[in-house]
Parts: sequence; C-alpha cells; structure tokens
Amino acid sequence: MTAREVKIAEIEKAVKALCVRANTVLRPDVLEALEEIHGKEKEGTLAKKMLGILLENAGIAAEERIPICQDTGMVTVFIEMGKDVVVRDGRLPDAVNRGVEQAYEEGCFRKSVVEDPLMRNNTGTNTPAVIHMDIVDGDTMAVSVIPKGFGSENKSRISMLDPTCGPERIIDFCVETVRIAGPDACPPYILGVGLGGTMESCAALAKKALLRPINEPNRKPHIAELERGIKERANALGIGIMGLGGGATVMGVNIEEAPTHIAGLPVAVNLSCHALRSGSAVI
Amino acid sequence: MDENTVALLSAGDEVLLSGIVYTARDQAHLRISVMMKDRETLPVDLKGQVIYYCGPTPPGDRVIGSCGPTTSSRMDAFTPMLLEAGVKGMIGKGRRSAAVIEAVKRRHGVYFLAPAGAGAYLSRRVTACGIAAFEDLGPEAIYRLKVEDFPLVVGIDCKGRYIYDKICN
Repeated sequence: MTAREVKIAEIEKAVKALCVRANTVLRPDVLEALEEIHGKEKEGTLAKKMLGILLENAGIAAEERIPICQDTGMVTVFIEMGKDVVVRDGRLPDAVNRGVEQAYEEGCFRKSVVEDPLMRNNTGTNTPAVIHMDIVDGDTMAVSVIPKGFGSENKSRISMLDPTCGPERIIDFCVETVRIAGPDACPPYILGVGLGGTMESCAALAKKALLRPINEPNRKPHIAELERGIKERANALGIGIMGLGGGATVMGVNIEEAPTHIAGLPVAVNLSCHALRSGSAVI
Repeated sequence: MDENTVALLSAGDEVLLSGIVYTARDQAHLRISVMMKDRETLPVDLKGQVIYYCGPTPPGDRVIGSCGPTTSSRMDAFTPMLLEAGVKGMIGKGRRSAAVIEAVKRRHGVYFLAPAGAGAYLSRRVTACGIAAFEDLGPEAIYRLKVEDFPLVVGIDCKGRYIYDKICN
C-alpha cells in the first residue's frame, strides 16, 4: 500500500469550512427534531411561542450567515486518520488551529478561549482547539468539528459507577444530570453519553456521541434501549424550553460505548443545548 | 427603568422591552465588584439601568452580531451588590439564587428571561450598539445597546415572585 499525501492547506481549508457552516446552519437532524417538538406543543403556550422563535432563529442565522448562538464555543476536533495518509507541508495541529482561527475571524464569531484558566487572557483567535485523533485503516482522513458553547458544557458530568450497576443506575445518573441543569443550559437538551473506557476516554466518548444524528439509535439493541429509557425518564421531568414546561426536555440521547475495566463502569454525560452544532468531512 | 413600570410586572408576564440596556457578564461583574469595594467611580452609572448578561459576536457590517443571554447564575454572587448600588433590572437565562430573589424583592427590581439560544433572532431587535466600558475585555466588555421590542419573560418580579417556583422546581 502506498501512502497518500494530504497537504496541510487542505486540512486548514476543511476545518475552516466546517466551523463556519456548523456555527451558522443548524444540523438537519436537530432542526427536524425542533420542528417536531414545536408541532406537538400545545397551541397558545409560551413554550410553543419560544420554540417558534428558535425555528425563526435558525432561519435568520442561515440566511444572514450569522451565528445561531453568540456562544460560538470552544472547538473540539475529532480526526480519524487513515494509516496510509501522510501529512505534508507542516504540522497537523497547526493546520487545525489556523482553520479555526480563520473561521472565527472571517465568520465574525466570538473568540471565547482564554489562554490560562486563572489569568483569563483571551487568545483572540478562539484557539487552541481540542484535538482527538484515532488511527484507522485506509488512506483518507475524516475530520469532525464540534464548536460547543459552555452554558451546557458547564452542566456536563462524569461518574465512575460500580461494574455491578445495571442500566437503571446509568439512567438515574443521566436523568439527574438533566435535573441539575434544569432550565439553565438551554433545553430541550441533547445528551452525548460515554459508557466504559477510562475516566478521560469516557468523557471524550460522550462528546463524540454528539456527532451522530439524533434520529439514529446506537447500533447495539441493548444500548439503543438504554438511549430510549434515558430520554423517556428525562422528559418526564417536564422542564421544557427555558424551563417553561411542556413536553420537550430532551430531544435526543446518543450513547457511545467502549471496552472498560472489570472494576468499573464509567459514565459521562456531555450535555448539549438545543443548538447542537457540528460538521464532518472526509479528506 | 422606572419604579412604576417595574411595579406593573408579574412573574410569568411577557414583555417587549424598548430602550437602553448594558451588557455585562462574568469578568465585567468581577471588575465592577472590585471597583465598588475600592470605592472607585464606575465607568458607567448603573442607577436605574438594566444589565443584560450577554457577550455578543462581532458585528461585521451589522449593528450587532448574535446576542442571546448567557447563564445568569454565574452572576448570582455579584447581583445583590449591584442591586444595592441602584441597578433596576437584569436580563439573562435560567435560575437565580435565593439571595438574588431576596435582593430583587428588597430593592424593587426585576429579573427577565430572554429567549435562550436565539441570538440571531434577538440581533434584529437591537438598533444600536457601542462600547461603554472595559474595552480590553473584548467579548466581555460592557456594551450599551438600544433595543426595540426585545421579547422577554418576567422571571422574578418586585414582590419576589419567581417563575420557577410555579413551573420548575
């Protein structure tokens, strides 16, 4: 197998385009879910009116090419790198960060990244991005960006459950996460859930789970059942949009699972607001 | 915002706000609180004013970029102090602490909820925007916004009634 060359400039261009699109055009699966929730909500309620505003907001953002939300997030990038790809002309992380920087400058997005967590000095570029990379078979690279706001990131949680805990305890933890977030983090929510792995890989898995369309259940039936169980019980909380009640507290639950240790059952919930933004491309 | 207007509002009411609001979020609150403790003169006279918890995106060739509310609870620690100093109202999203609710009642203030995650929609209700203070804070600077028919819901009214007592415990 001969190696395929990918130039740094191509990666930079792809990351830039993905960031611009993700921040201005709502994902079709999310838009569809919002339309469905809006359709089901009782006529004349404040919840229905606010859901209507969200649909209008998505239209304005796409039409005027302005961000769906002012919190254009900190960018996480997942790269599945084909083992036969050779990156030419520079370093991969530099290309990713230049792509992010250009998108945020030219797209008029908010620069929300600070260089030091205590000194709080803004980097002015919305970089660095957080980059996760896996090596896979093939000679292409799949790049996914997820620019996520911190209103919902702040309400995300992780727990190291006992290995003998069954699905009910997992559901309890996920539902408790939604209850704690309450109306604060822009419901109706989408839950990215990581199951298994180690503490840090479980958290990354939870974020990665948010990349999958929310109308596409996990391929394993027992995990898909768990997704349905979490969604059903979380919606029974009755928080609704802005905490105004109504039927929709959670729009979707995506679980990604991974092998783990005999002594543990890590569970992470990466909570997303209703404006879940991401995009993927293959180079 | 004057006393009489505030007195008319009840938790759960829908309101269209027109007039001037000042943005301030985490770092602006922290800086104001330090200045107040040091008895320094604030760069903006906040008496009778409404604070909007918002860090807008850059305007480009528009009046303002996307400009929805950020999570109010992060400002809870500073809010009673600002109300004591004469701030009349706040706009944000989500819950407030018991101390904030109590301070709103004591000072006859008001807390509004803005549609959360609808920054593009709200940008059309802003007719003017300029830096008022703390320019070095970038997106966290204090901006003076002129809003027209800004759609809000009363979250806490001047009698201390709280919207989430009724519909979300």
